This record gives sequence, C-alpha cells and structure tokens, in this order.
Amino acid sequence: MIQTLEPILREHPFFRGMEDQHIRLIAGCAKNVRFGAGEVIFREGDPADHFYLIREGLVSVQFVIPHDGLTTVLTVGGGEVLGWSWLFPPYRWHFDARAQQDTHALAFDGKCLRAKCDEDHDLGYDIYKRFIQIINDRLEATRLQLLDVYGTHA
Amino acid sequence: MAPMLEQTEVAAPGPVPDPMLPMPYRIQRVRQETDDTFTLEILPEDSSSRFSFAPGQFNMLYVFGVGEVPISISSNPANVPLLKHTTRVVGTVTKAMRKLKRGEVMGIRGPFGSHWPVEDAPGRDVVIVAGGIGLAPLRPALYRLMAEREKFRRIVLLYGTRTPDDMLYRRELEQWRGKFDLEIQVTVDRAASTWRGNVGVVTTMIGRAPFDPSNTLAMLCGPEIMMRFTVMELLKRGVAAERIYLSAERNMKCGIGFCGHCQYGPTFVCKDGPVFALPSISAILGKVEI
Ligand SMILES: Cc1cc2nc3c(=O)[nH]c(=O)nc-3n(C[C@H](O)[C@H](O)[C@H](O)COP(=O)(O)OP(=O)(O)OC[C@H]3O[C@@H](n4cnc5c(N)ncnc54)[C@H](O)[C@@H]3O)c2cc1C
Ligand code: FES
Repeated sequence: MIQTLEPILREHPFFRGMEDQHIRLIAGCAKNVRFGAGEVIFREGDPADHFYLIREGLVSVQFVIPHDGLTTVLTVGGGEVLGWSWLFPPYRWHFDARAQQDTHALAFDGKCLRAKCDEDHDLGYDIYKRFIQIINDRLEATRLQLLDVYGTHA
Repeated sequence: MAPMLEQTEVAAPGPVPDPMLPMPYRIQRVRQETDDTFTLEILPEDSSSRFSFAPGQFNMLYVFGVGEVPISISSNPANVPLLKHTTRVVGTVTKAMRKLKRGEVMGIRGPFGSHWPVEDAPGRDVVIVAGGIGLAPLRPALYRLMAEREKFRRIVLLYGTRTPDDMLYRRELEQWRGKFDLEIQVTVDRAASTWRGNVGVVTTMIGRAPFDPSNTLAMLCGPEIMMRFTVMELLKRGVAAERIYLSAERNMKCGIGFCGHCQYGPTFVCKDGPVFALPSISAILGKVEI
C-alpha cells in the first residue's frame, strides 16, 4: 500500500531529484488525503503535526485581519507545499488553511519525518534544503506583496 | 547580442503630420473600470481621419486648459478610428480627465512609440504578464493574437492586481477564456475569504505556467518592480532575454524625442520605447525615476 505512494512522491516537483533510498524512507510517513471545497484543513494554533504536498486543487492560507475579517493572503495549488510549522517548535500552525476547491494531497506525519531526519542526517539535510528553498521563495513573494506595488502608479 | 535598441523590430506607424498639434476627439462613452480607473472611448471630430496604431503605442491626451499626459491605447487596432484609453487617476491631469463627460472634446496627439512584437510571435508560445493598469497597453496585443489565434502556439496571460476589485476588463477576460484557446491565470495580493481564485504575487505563477521556455515570446507591463522580478523568473525558466519585451512608462513631456525629459543615456523612452527588448533596457530597469 505504502509502496504505491513512491511514484507519486517522485513525480511531485517538491521531491524532484531526491534519491530513491530517501523516497523509500519518507514514503512510510505519507498518506493520501482529500479535502472537499470549503473544508478546513487546519486552524491557527492547532498542533502542526503534518505538512501537505498538494497534488491537485487549491488551498487558501487565511488570517483574521481586524476590520477586514477573514482574509486570504496566499493560495497554494497543485505541485506546491503547504506548511512548515511541523519543522520548528512549538509545532503549531500560524494561520488557517482551507480547501478552495476539491483538493488531493499527500499528508506527511511531521513526527515520523522528524524522527527519520534525526536518524539519517543525509535525508534531513536534503529535506531541510528543500524547505529552505520554499521558505526563501515565499519570503521573497511576501516582500513583494508587502511593497503593495499596485498601490503606487503602475 | 549587443545591448542596442532594436529599432527595426519595433518600428511602428508614425504620428500624424504635425506631431505637436493635438487633434480634437469627442468622448463617446466613459466607463468606470475600478474605483480609481476609467476608460474613455473617443472618436475623431474629423471623420476622414486615417489614424492607425500598433499594439503598445500611446497617445498624448490633452485636457484643454489643464495639461497633457501620455496614455497607452487600450482598444482593438482593428476598430479604428474608435480609440479607448484606460487611465488611472494619479494627479492633476488624470483627475481633470476623470471629470470629462460624454460629448465633451479633448485633444489627441499620436500614435507614438514602439510596439509589441506580435509579428515575431507566430509559431511560438506567447506569455503575457500584466500587473494592475499594465493590462491596458497589452489589451491591443491580445486582440491581435485572438484575431489570428491559429498562428500562435499556447497563449498564456498572467495577470496580477491588488485585490479582485482592482481587476480590469473582468467581463471581457471571462468571455475570452470561454471563447478562445487562451490560458488566463489571475492572482491578487489579498482577498476576502469569498474569493475563489489565486492569491499571491504574479511572479510566483511563472514557474508553473504552461509554456515552452525555449520557444516563448514574453510581453510584460506593470509596476517596474514587478517587471524586474518577472524578468528574473522568466530568465530562470529559460526564456531568452532577446524574446522578453517590456513597456517602460517613465514620465514624459513632448513624447517625440525633443525635450529630453525621458532621456536616459542614449535612450529616449518616448521615441525608442515604450516597448523595449530586455537587452536594450536592462540598464534602465531598476533605476530611479529619470
Ligand atoms: C508611454 C506611457 C504610457 C502610459 N500609459 C498609461 C495608461 O495606459 N494608463 C494610465 O493610467 N497611465 C499611463 N501612463 C502614466 C500616465 O502618463 C501618468 O499617470 C500621468 O502622466 C500622470 O499625470 P497627472 O497629471 O495625472 O499626474 P501628476 O500630477 O503629473 O503626477 C502625480 C503623481 O504620479 C507620479 N507619476 C506621474 N506619471 C508617472 C509615471 N508615468 N510613472 C510613475 N509615476 C508617475 C508623479 O511622480 C506624481 O507623484 C503612461 C505613461 C507613459 C510614459
Ligand atoms: S518626452 Fe520629450 S524627449 Fe521624450
């Protein structure tokens, strides 16, 4: 059953180029999940015990902003990753995530993956590098968003 | 390739015989596009006018007694002499222009400047990246591409705005999406939770947009910082610099290379641009206002 996830992992852009032995190790921490449109995936403050590789669909990352109410600040779609709070103490979500459309994803058990990374530092280094790239890309995008470039003359 | 202006590639129909003389045009319709942006539809008073333009070119719009501003032509080049200009209210002249009503007359000089290289696009994927009001100068290129859809491979429009309410030409985009083989991806910087589309900066869409970078022509218009980051993503994906075109809409006065107001080194944005191939403008991109 678990074996069948390996080809899916290999195909997902996030794990592109990962060594087979590492794919095999992490596949044991993954399961297929599905969220209906409108379904809450997690809420701010909940324990961050998973992260998700989105295969198909669209997920909104949302905050409650005073005066504006529930506001979407980012969407994550097919081929992308949702969540890295599972990597850092206190392992709690900092935002809400809700499926905008029917969404298929792979959910990884954070504890399981952290344990494997502790056991095999090569794997840990590979996983952390991939997440740092994502965090860097998101930080750059967030900076642009904060600049509010369309607010001044376009 | 040497960073020279490729004038031959982007040469376009010239202006009317006296380029300093505004021609009277009457306003047929004023359309409010968003909170701060409106479109004027105008026709020349001279019914024998043979005005024609290429996508990406601009006119100088004169509000009598107030002043003149460069505004891109945003209408279908096949529908001349009817012209549309979509303008965002920012200062003195655009504020006065916003107050004009149907039936009133304004002055037009043009068309000026270089154009989008639609003629180089047959057989290629075309990627159009627009930010905010930057969709206006690109709309005539889209009309051209749609008119001869079969000549081009994939056509992808990536459009970013601040919020869903700031999107231009919303209904038209919906129609195009249904009617033509055109991939349209819209994203906004933030939205209420009821918005069903993408949220995030437009640059993040480039990595996963469906096009073949080795055979792509890209056209960009939007805030300069957005264009800078878009260029980086396109280059990262493997699009050749010579096939990335962008519109630099710097401040201007005469619009015809006389006053030097828009000059940067040997480049006059008004007459050499506003549409440039990336290698000829990379020195200007990111420089503070000239
Ligand atoms: C080739 C070209 C095509 C253009 N096409 C369009 C278009 O299709 N639609 C549209 O809405 N605008 C367009 N613009 C920009 C437009 O010309 C300016 O917004 C306009 O000149 C502002 O005039 P104003 O008197 O209302 O504002 P001003 O009172 O002159 O200025 C108000 C504020 O806006 C700033 N500003 C003015 N012009 C620019 C500019 N070009 N870039 C950045 N900041 C500026 C000023 O520095 C000032 O802070 C284009 C500009 C160029 C050069
Ligand atoms: S605006 Fe006068 S030279 Fe360009």
